[in-house]
Amino acid sequence: MFEQMAKKPAVWLSGEGSNSQVVLSSRVRLARNIANSPFPSRADTDKRERTLSFVRNAVKKSANLSRGTFVNCSQLDDLDRSFLVERHLVSLEFTGLRDLSALLIGEKENVSVMVNEEDHLRIQALASGLEIREASQIANHIDDELSKSLEFAFDPAFGYLTSCPTNTGTGMRASVLIHLPGLALTREIEKVISQISKLGLVVRGFYGEGSDVCGNLFQVSNQTTLGRSEEDIVESLDRVTRQMIEYEENARKRLFSEAKEQIEDKIWRAYGILKYARTLTSEEVLNMLSAIRLGIGMSVLEMVSLSQVNEILALTQPAHLQKYFKKRMEPGERDRVRAELVRSKLGG
Amino acid sequence: MVCQDCGKREATVHLTQVINNKKVELNLCQECAEKRGFRNPLEGVPFPLAEFLSSMLSQAQREKPSKEPEVACSACGMSFSDFAKTGRLGCGNCYLTFRSQLNDLLRKVHGSTQHRGKFPHTTRDVMKPLWEETKLQEELRKAIEEEDFERAAQIRDRIKALTTKK
Repeated sequence: MFEQMAKKPAVWLSGEGSNSQVVLSSRVRLARNIANSPFPSRADTDKRERTLSFVRNAVKKSANLSRGTFVNCSQLDDLDRSFLVERHLVSLEFTGLRDLSALLIGEKENVSVMVNEEDHLRIQALASGLEIREASQIANHIDDELSKSLEFAFDPAFGYLTSCPTNTGTGMRASVLIHLPGLALTREIEKVISQISKLGLVVRGFYGEGSDVCGNLFQVSNQTTLGRSEEDIVESLDRVTRQMIEYEENARKRLFSEAKEQIEDKIWRAYGILKYARTLTSEEVLNMLSAIRLGIGMSVLEMVSLSQVNEILALTQPAHLQKYFKKRMEPGERDRVRAELVRSKLGG
Repeated sequence: MVCQDCGKREATVHLTQVINNKKVELNLCQECAEKRGFRNPLEGVPFPLAEFLSSMLSQAQREKPSKEPEVACSACGMSFSDFAKTGRLGCGNCYLTFRSQLNDLLRKVHGSTQHRGKFPHTTRDVMKPLWEETKLQEELRKAIEEEDFERAAQIRDRIKALTTKK
């Protein structure tokens, strides 16, 4: 499954949308539960099946949603699930789910609905670049569509009721994926993160070997979901993200005026490694691409485009690689094949 | 560097989380990371919710009262100590059963106990204005009790504005 999808650009890496040089993607997730029914962790087989049926029927009744693809978890093997995580369509938790959970993927792949994950429904909308409001509107629309046939657990004081109280209220988690190599290099990133945290936002980084954040990619999202309107959450995240873009651009200007040679060297070395290496791990690619993305932004590299960078980033992920070449591969072979793919994409 | 949980294996998983200006750093080996719930070094890290929630619950709430039988949700049978262990509630009715304890928790987590976002499609037109009116009437009662008549007058005007809009 998904071999065809692997060849198409992933929404979170399509490079469109405003400010997509720094902000890779925006995402809005809504948590919903069906009324008068135990939450997934407390639901037995019958109840879980009933939830699935309800949702399937609600999807059928919606002209828009019924054009998507409905997949049962039992149809997905471990590679499929990793692929979906890499595609930013499902959460990590989804990959460990047993039977009687499902996923709806929207026709344009910018929308997904997980069924029987932590809550009965996790609606998610993705948009490329800094487009939180757009993602929010899409998610909201799906919520409205589904609520025409499903009654959601709701209390006027607690809002939409969720399995975990940290999500109750709007049930909304809005986030952006942002690239901050400038702030990382000037060592100001910790100060910026601490400032952002004071504003009620959470900052997380991608994993990486050693203590460096992988690829200088950060996910910034709202922390609280109760006591603020959906519009407030979107507005504050948007405002803070724009502020971060400004900080990042200033940091880059400073780097280039004070350490031009060192930064250019770092960028060109990264390009050299990707162009000529014979084996590459996915973390290495992530880190090298960070320097290249910076290089493009600062007009140091002219022969690579942002869409090439995004394509390489998507395809070199472990599950993507195996789906693209339609065969399972051990890490050793993956590292070789990955390097070959990168070389060919860079015209080497 | 050695894993901080087992003290034996090499730490290959490094995690930094900054929440409300508090930084938490974890350096774990693969096995201990998995035990804690961090499985695949790919996407954003799942938030160690159970720990976070139990740190938010007061000491008294975490310890089970020894003699009294615990209150359980009439719909799904969950008790508050069940919740304190897993960080997950059982069903919508749990929110009503444990309203006061949850209010404390929600205030600590979100800084609020009142939803200000959208109401569901079906109840939007009827329930939202009704709810707002009910809350204002509560406030009015309190203001009169406290003999804050100026505030009471303001609230009464707001109620009037709401009901005439209908």
